[in-house]
Parts: sequence; C-alpha cells; structure tokens
Amino acid sequence: MALTIASREVDGVTVLDLSGRITLGEGSVQLREAIRDLIGKGQKMILLNLGDVSYIDSSGLGELVSAFTTSKNQGAALKLLNLTKKVKDVLQLTKLYTVFDIYDDEATAIASYK
Amino acid sequence: MDKSGAGRLQFSLNSTMESVGEVEATADKLAAEAGLDEEERFRLTMAVREAAVNAVLHGNDYDPQKLVTASFENTGKSLVITIADQGEGLDPQSIPDPLAPENLMRGTGRGIFLIRSFMDEVHFRQLHPGTELTLVKHLASPKEKT
Repeated sequence: MALTIASREVDGVTVLDLSGRITLGEGSVQLREAIRDLIGKGQKMILLNLGDVSYIDSSGLGELVSAFTTSKNQGAALKLLNLTKKVKDVLQLTKLYTVFDIYDDEATAIASYK
Repeated sequence: MDKSGAGRLQFSLNSTMESVGEVEATADKLAAEAGLDEEERFRLTMAVREAAVNAVLHGNDYDPQKLVTASFENTGKSLVITIADQGEGLDPQSIPDPLAPENLMRGTGRGIFLIRSFMDEVHFRQLHPGTELTLVKHLASPKEKT
C-alpha cells in the first residue's frame, strides 16, 4: 500500500497522519514534499503520526532524517508519534531512535511544543 | 520468470522498482511457506528488498539494458536468496558505518547494514561486471520451534 498523508491542526501543531509504507518509490517523495510544503509555509511545529505506517525501508529512514534536519535548519521542530513495533525496531537498530523526539500519546506530544 | 531445479525459483528482471516489488513479494511468500513468524518475515523481506533496491538503483542505475537476477530456495535448513546486478561492482569494505556519529544523520547508506542485521549470513561476490549478494536465513529445526 502506498503512503497516504492527511494533515490536521491541533493547537497550532500540524499533525500529519501517515498511512501505508515509507519506501523508495512509494512514500519517500510524498513525505519529502509534504514537509517542504509545510516548511515553505512557515510552519514551525510538525508532528508525524506513524501509527498506521506498516513498513519503512532504508530510503524511508533517510527521508525521516532529512525531514528532521530540514526542519531543524529552518527553525522548526519535527517530532514523531505512535511508532509501530516494526518502525520502532528499525529506528533502534539504526540508532535513530535517540535522534528524534518520540511520543506514544498525542496530547503529550502536542503539549511538548509549548 | 523461470523455475530451475527442485524448489529453486529464479527470475531475470528489468531494472525497475516494479521488479523490486516482485522480488519482495516472492521473498515474503518464501518466508511464509517456510513458517517464519511475522517478525522474521518482515526482517527477511526487508533485507531482500534492500538488496533488490541496491541492484536496481546503485548497481544497474535503472539501465534498461541491464538485468537483475534473483533466485529463491528453501534448502530445508535455510532460506537462500541471491540477488545479482550487472553494474560496476560493489566493495562492501568501502561502505561507511551508518552508526558512526559522523554518519548517523546521513540520508543514505543504511541498506547493507540492515541486510547484515536481518540475515544470518550475507555473502558478496564480484561478477565482473556486477555484484551478487547471497542472503541466508537459517531455519529452526522442528525441535527448536517448540
């Protein structure tokens, strides 16, 4: 299943609800464009909800890293919400788990931007 | 798609992302038929996908004149998958460690690391031209599974 991205606003935070796979050729480009679009519009608080992301490959990991770096360079904060076990395992294996701010609860994640 | 040998499936595929999907789906079917649990299936299919992406993208550079060859076999003791490209060749020693602090925030370079992490054995062979990766997943004996 390709990646779908739905956007919503919660207390000034843009939450992107991602669903599907973040892989080369399937979701990486959509994610990159969504982040660039938000950064271009001046959004400084971005929360990626990965609760329905079933699969991520090395390209998808790279895209998350690039999104994090791009956001940080533009003065924005990109955080992650609701990692599935598979995504969490891969982030831990690649030592990226400690790079991101990661939350299991949306309210706590939203509050963290205050 | 060709079948060659008892229980060994071999493909020759174009250098496209569709081929990567086909290789990944075949690996998942092989893993399911071998009785791997969901987590092991995920790990095996991810490793095979990464190898196929490397062959299509980094090896053959999407060249329509170059093929990717993939074979799948359940030997009873192991699942053995080979992925070969016709590119310029890959020196596995030259790949930077993606866990090193200076590489941690790079956008690329984690594919081979994931393959090595998820498989029991990984072998590289230079084909002149091209690179062949052999990925091996050992199967637990019935006694070990219980």
